[in-house]
Amino acid sequence: MSIDLSQFHQVFYEESYEGLDAMEQGLLDMELVDPDPEVINTIFRAAHSMKGGAGTFGFTQVADFTHVLETLLDQIRSGQRAMSQDIQNLLLKSVDCIRQLLQDLQSGTQADTEETTTLKSQFEAILNDETATASDDGQPPEATTPASGDSDGQGWHIRFIPELTILQTGNEPARMFRQLADLCDNNMQVTLEYQRLPEFTSLDPEMCYVSWEITIPCAIEKNDIDEVFEWVIDDAEIIITPLSGHDIADHSSSADPSNEPQEVQSEQPKPTPVEPKPVEKAAAKQPAKTQESSSIRVSIDKVDSLINMVGELVITQSMLGQLGQNFDISRVQRLQEGLAQLEHNTRELQESVMKIRMMPISFVFSRFPRLVRDVSISLDKKIELVMSGESTELDKTVMEKIGDPMVHLIRNSIDHGIEMPADRKAAGKSETGTVKLDAYHQSGNIVIEIKDDGAGLDTDRILAKAMEKGLVPEGASLSQEQIFDLIFQPGFSTADVVSDLSGRGVGMDVVRRNIAALNGSIEVSSERGKGSRFVIRLPLTLAILDGQLVKVGQEIYIFPLVSIVESIQLDDRSINQVGGHSDVLQLRDEYVPIVKLDEIFHIDTENRSIEDSIIVVVETDGEKIGVVVDELLGQQQVVIKSLEENYRRVDGISGATILGDGTVALIVDVSSLSKMSGPSLKISDSSHQAA
Amino acid sequence: MSAANVVEEQAGFEDGVLTEQYLTFIMAEEEYGVDILAVQEIRGWESATPVPNSPKYLKGVINLRGTIVPIMDLRQRFDLPKVDYGEETVVVVLKIFTDIGTRTMGIIVDAISDVYDVPIGEANNKGLGDNQNSNYIKGLVTVNKHMVILLELQNLLTIDD
Repeated sequence: MSIDLSQFHQVFYEESYEGLDAMEQGLLDMELVDPDPEVINTIFRAAHSMKGGAGTFGFTQVADFTHVLETLLDQIRSGQRAMSQDIQNLLLKSVDCIRQLLQDLQSGTQADTEETTTLKSQFEAILNDETATASDDGQPPEATTPASGDSDGQGWHIRFIPELTILQTGNEPARMFRQLADLCDNNMQVTLEYQRLPEFTSLDPEMCYVSWEITIPCAIEKNDIDEVFEWVIDDAEIIITPLSGHDIADHSSSADPSNEPQEVQSEQPKPTPVEPKPVEKAAAKQPAKTQESSSIRVSIDKVDSLINMVGELVITQSMLGQLGQNFDISRVQRLQEGLAQLEHNTRELQESVMKIRMMPISFVFSRFPRLVRDVSISLDKKIELVMSGESTELDKTVMEKIGDPMVHLIRNSIDHGIEMPADRKAAGKSETGTVKLDAYHQSGNIVIEIKDDGAGLDTDRILAKAMEKGLVPEGASLSQEQIFDLIFQPGFSTADVVSDLSGRGVGMDVVRRNIAALNGSIEVSSERGKGSRFVIRLPLTLAILDGQLVKVGQEIYIFPLVSIVESIQLDDRSINQVGGHSDVLQLRDEYVPIVKLDEIFHIDTENRSIEDSIIVVVETDGEKIGVVVDELLGQQQVVIKSLEENYRRVDGISGATILGDGTVALIVDVSSLSKMSGPSLKISDSSHQAA
Repeated sequence: MSAANVVEEQAGFEDGVLTEQYLTFIMAEEEYGVDILAVQEIRGWESATPVPNSPKYLKGVINLRGTIVPIMDLRQRFDLPKVDYGEETVVVVLKIFTDIGTRTMGIIVDAISDVYDVPIGEANNKGLGDNQNSNYIKGLVTVNKHMVILLELQNLLTIDD
C-alpha cells in the first residue's frame, strides 16, 4: 500500500516555517551565558521535528542539514558545549538557510546548495573541533552517547521477538529492517527463527509466529536502533547487546571489509557531493515566488463558539418556522421578538466568522527582533526593541500586507532615527537607543505605533531637501505638519549617504501607498532630539466597511465613511469656476476641486443644477475633493464583494456590496476619483498648493 | 477540472457517434447554442445595477446569492436591434473556466429553445467569414434542418472596450 505523501507537503512546510520561527525566536531570546535549558529544548525540538518530517517526505537535503544542526544543539542541550556568539550567529544563518531550502522545495526551483554546504562544513568543523578538544581534556569522545549499554564501537546484536499480534497493530517488521539496513549501509545479517510456527492447519495468517536475530557489525549508535523499534517497544521483546570482538570475527566474513567498525564518522551524514552549477544557481538566486499560504490555524475555542452560535441560529430558525406555520395577527409580537433574535444571532455569527480570520499581530512582530539585531550590528548602533500589544488581533490579509511597510519604518528608525552611541552620549542620552512597537485597538481600528528615542525629524533638512528636489517652491513657509508630510512624497529621501538599508529614495511613499491600499492611514509626529513616532491606523478587517449611502440619479453608491470629512448643502456663492469648466468649492479658507459623480460615471440625472446638490467632501492622500451627489441616504455597515472576480477592475469603484433589499450597490474608490476627473483638476490642484 | 475532462464527461454516444450537448436559445429569429456544462442556471430578467464606464452591452451587475455577477445583453453584443425586456426575456448564467479561475456571467437572450446532441467535430465555421462577431462563434451545425450557431464562450465573455 502506498500513500501519496505529497498531500501532506503543505502541512510539513507550514509546520517547518513555524518551527523555524520558533527557533529564530528562541535563538534571539537566548542568553549567551547560562542559557535557559527550556529555550534550548524548544530550539532542539523544532530542529528535531523538522528533520523527522523532512526525512519522511524524502527531502534529504533538509534532513541532512538539520541533522548536523541537531547534533550541535544536542551537545549544547546536554551541557557539553557552551553557547557562544559564533554558534548563535551560525545557527541563525542556518535558520535562514533552511527557510531558503524549504522555499526552493516549495516553488520547485533548484536549491542553492553552496550555502548549505558551507554552513554544514562550518558546523562539522565545530563538531570535530569539539571531539578533539574533548579528548584533550581526557574525556572519552563517546560521551555524546549515553553510557548505558554503549557499544565499544564494534556493532550490535539484536534479538527481535514480536508478539503474535504485532501485525494487527499496523507495524511492519520488514520496514524496520529496511530502516536498520539504511543505518548500516546494508551491512547486516538477519536470521529468521521459525520454531514458533504452528501446524499449517492451525496457522492464523494474521499472526506473526516468527522472530529474528540481527547482527549489525557497524558502529552505529544505540539511540538510532532504539528509534527504529520505538513504535513496537510494547509489542515485542527486543534485546540489544553490543557485539564483542569475537562476534565481529564471526560475522566479518559477511561484512563489507571496507566498512571498518572504527569509522566513528559513518553515522554522520556525508556532505552530499555538490558541484555548484553556475547557470542553475543564477536561476535560484531569483527571488523565489512563494505562494501565499492559503490556510490558517484556528484555535479550537473559536470553532467551538462558532458551533454554539450556529446551534442558536438553528433554534431561532425552527422557532420562526413554527411561528410561520400557524400564524395569525395576534402573534406579531412573537414574530418581532424572533426576528430580533435572528438579527442578534446573525450579527454574532458574523463577528465570530470574522474572528477566524483574525490573528495576533505577534506574527508580524516576531520577525523584528532579528531585524533589529542584524541591522544594529551592521550599523554599530546599540538598540533595544521593546514590543507591547503583541496579542492584538487583526485580519490575516491585513497582516500579510502590513509586514513590509513596518520593516521599512523600523529600518528607517534605526538607520536615520537612532544616533551613533557616541552622539547619543554627547546629547546626554543613554548609549542604547530604544525602538518601541505597540499595537492596540481604538474605535474599530487597529493602531500600530513605531516610536524611537532618536534624533527626531530634522525639519530644516527636510524642507531644504524638498526645495532642492522641487517638491516645494523656494521660500515657501510650511507648518511643521506639512513638512513631516513631505517625507511621504515620492522621490524624497533625506539620507546623505545611500546605505544598504534605506535612502534609496523609494520608501516612505511606498509605505504610505501600501497602507492606503489597506484603507489605512499613517501619521508622523516628531520632536527634535527626542525622537519620532509613526502611527499606522488600519481597519480591523478588509471585508466589512462603514459606508455612507448616497444617491446619484437612480443609482445608489457607497462612500467609505472613513474618507468623508464633511457633507455640505451648497449655496451658489461658494462655487467658483477655474478656466471655464472646472469648478472649485470655497470651503472656509481653502479651495477644494469638485468632481461630479454623474459626469465621471456617466449617470443620467434630471437634476442638473449644482445648487440643489449635496457635496460630500472626502479626503484622500491628504488632499480634499468635493464630490457632487444628489442625496444623502443612511449609513450602514456593508460587506465588500469583489467586482473583479467575474468582471474586471472599474476605475473609481473599489468593489460592490449587497444592500438590504438584495440589490447591488457599488463602493466608490475615493483615491482614484481625483485621477479620473482629468487634467483640469490638476491645474486647480497646483494653484491651490502654491497659494 | 481541466477542459479535457469536461469534454470527456459530457461526451455521450448516439448511434455510435460521440456527441456533446448544447442548450439553445432564440435571438432575432436565429438559434444559438452554448455548451450545456457551462450553463449554471436560467433565470428571469431582473433589473441590474449599472456599472460606470462599461461597454453598452453590459447591462450591469446583479446579486446571485451573494456573488456579484455581470449581465450582458447578447443582442447588443452582436449589434442586433434592441428589444424591450419582457416576460419571456431570460438570463442564462454561464460559468466558464479561465486561466485565472472561474468566471460567472449572465447573458440576456430572447427565449430558451431546446437541448440538442451535436456530434463532436460536426461544427464548422465555413461561411462565417471574418467579421466582428465571428470571434464569438465556434461554428455552425444543422439540427433538424435548422441552422444552430454554437457560441465560443471564452471570447464572448471576455469584456473588451
